[in-house]
Parts: sequence; C-alpha cells; structure tokens
Amino acid sequence: MVNTILGKKLGMTQVFNEDGSVTPVSVIEAGPCIVTQLKSVETDGYIAVQVGFGDRRPKHVTKPQLGHFRGGLKSPKHPDVKPCRTLQEVRTDDISDLSIGQSITVDNVLEVGDQVKVTGTSKGKGFAGVVKRYHFHGGDETHGIMVHRKPQSSGATDAARTFKGTKKPGHMGSKTVTVRGLTVWRIDTEKNLLFIRGAVPGANDGLLTITRI
Amino acid sequence: MHPLISEIERSQVKESVPLFKSGDTVKVYAKVVEGGKERIQMFEGVVIARNGSQSRSSFTVRKISHQVGVERTFLIHSPRIDRIEVVRRGLVRRAKLYYLRDLVGKKARIKEDRSVRPTA
Repeated sequence: MVNTILGKKLGMTQVFNEDGSVTPVSVIEAGPCIVTQLKSVETDGYIAVQVGFGDRRPKHVTKPQLGHFRGGLKSPKHPDVKPCRTLQEVRTDDISDLSIGQSITVDNVLEVGDQVKVTGTSKGKGFAGVVKRYHFHGGDETHGIMVHRKPQSSGATDAARTFKGTKKPGHMGSKTVTVRGLTVWRIDTEKNLLFIRGAVPGANDGLLTITRI
Repeated sequence: MHPLISEIERSQVKESVPLFKSGDTVKVYAKVVEGGKERIQMFEGVVIARNGSQSRSSFTVRKISHQVGVERTFLIHSPRIDRIEVVRRGLVRRAKLYYLRDLVGKKARIKEDRSVRPTA
C-alpha cells in the first residue's frame, strides 16, 4: 500500500475536542485517488504507483491521455477508469496489493494521530522587496532617514562584484513548500475529509500531497 | 468559506444560546477542573465585545473584582460553558465597549434598556 494521498485544501476552521479544548485545523478533501499506472522493476527499473486525483471531463482530455487512463483506446484494458485532473507518482516498496483503477481513500493511507508532511504550492506574492521577502529590518520611518525599505549595501566594494545568493528583491511565493510533522486530527471517511492540526501551504482549493512519516 | 467547512462549523453550534449583545450583563456558568474534579463556576459581568461567527464566535465579559478590572473571554459554543443567563439588558451605542476599561465608578455605569427585546 502507499503512504501518500492527494487532496484539495478547503480552508481552515477550529474544532472542539472532547475535553472542551479547541484546536485549529486545516480541512482537506483527501482522495479518493485512482491507481492509473503501476511501475515495476521489469518495465521501469523501479517500483512506484501513479495515482490520479480530481475529476476531468473526458472531452477535455487529449486522446493520448485518455488512452493512458484506459490502457488503449481501440480495445481499452480498463474502460472504467475515469480521467483525473492531476497525476502524481508515489514511491512504494510493494505494489502487489494494488491494481489499475483501484480507489485509494484517506482511511486506507492515514490514521488519526499520524505524523504527516504536507506539500503544496505557496501563495504567490509577486515581485516583493527585501523587507517582505527576507524580513530585512528596513530603515527608520522618521528622524530624517530617507531610506525606508531599500536593500542598502549589496556587499563589499573590494570584491568589485555582487556575490551569488545575495538577497535582493524578486519574485516571492508560488513555490513548492513542504511542512513536516503535522498531526492528523480527525478523518471523515464519509465525505473524504482530512483534518490536520495547524496550517498547510497554499491557498484554498490548492493541490496538496499528504505523506505519512 | 467552503460549504463543507460551513457545515463542520454548523455541526458544532449549540442548539440554544440566549440572545445577548454588548452592554448586557450576563452570568456565565463555566465548567472548571479543580484537583481532578469538575465543578461549575459563575462569572458575572458586562459583555464588552462579541467576536466571530458560527462555532468560532466568542464574547468578552468584564467585571470589577476587589477594585481590579477582570475580563474573561469565552467561546459561546464551547462545551466548557454550561449555560449563559442574561441578567440585565444594557442600552449602548457601540458594539465594542473597550472605553469602559478607562472608566471607573459612576462613569462606568450602563443605562438599562427597558424596551422589550426578544429572548431566545
């Protein structure tokens, strides 16, 4: 079985626990993921599972892709596999209990109390200055200082050049971010909902990869 | 907000909570754990703020205890709160009564609202 599931971030809220305390949670629509391809040592040189998540209307899928989902177009091996919005490969040691078209739900992968890492795409901030991007302190707003949010010196003058990696303004966000060590707080198998304590990367409706660690 | 999150929050909302707003005097019966035993503790004072919506909503109660101002914030739908009673309706013109923190004695009084307001 696999240790990873794909999901969509729905947003955050808070839940009351049995003892009356309150926990902030991120709500994720996790799965069901469809197994779309099995990779084995014989054919690919390594073992992995390709899983798909989300619906996509067949008319919006190119024919080569549709053939990939169904295992051929003229005589499909898996005519019932529905096209997915996202495909992702998951490394695993054992694929003997998996078959193409099989559905993986959140309770197959995770249990309440599991530690997970969550990967997503962070919110884009556009072209950001150094104060926002690298938490530079910035200059005083008053007392005659005329430089407020500029990066100031970018290195020594002896070098006669700027070193690589010097922090400068530039594009911020929209990057792949992983948060490790989050806790699975609750699982709703009926609605495929996963509650994770704390915040997860990205905006609402963003794609997330949740891996048990 | 996503409809599913709305649904999660609705499921945690208590069935009946008395209607009250800023300026009202309320008695809050909160459960406290002391020495492994649970008992109910009453906190009476003026509601100076209501915040949030659905299951996340909270309110702040202020009282003067031994000449010291004490404020407590409660989550309305918390299972830790046994019940809330409205003692007196206040007539105020603001939603947040933070100005009461700077007032003492006669100035910190709130006029009673004697018009009939729905109780539910």
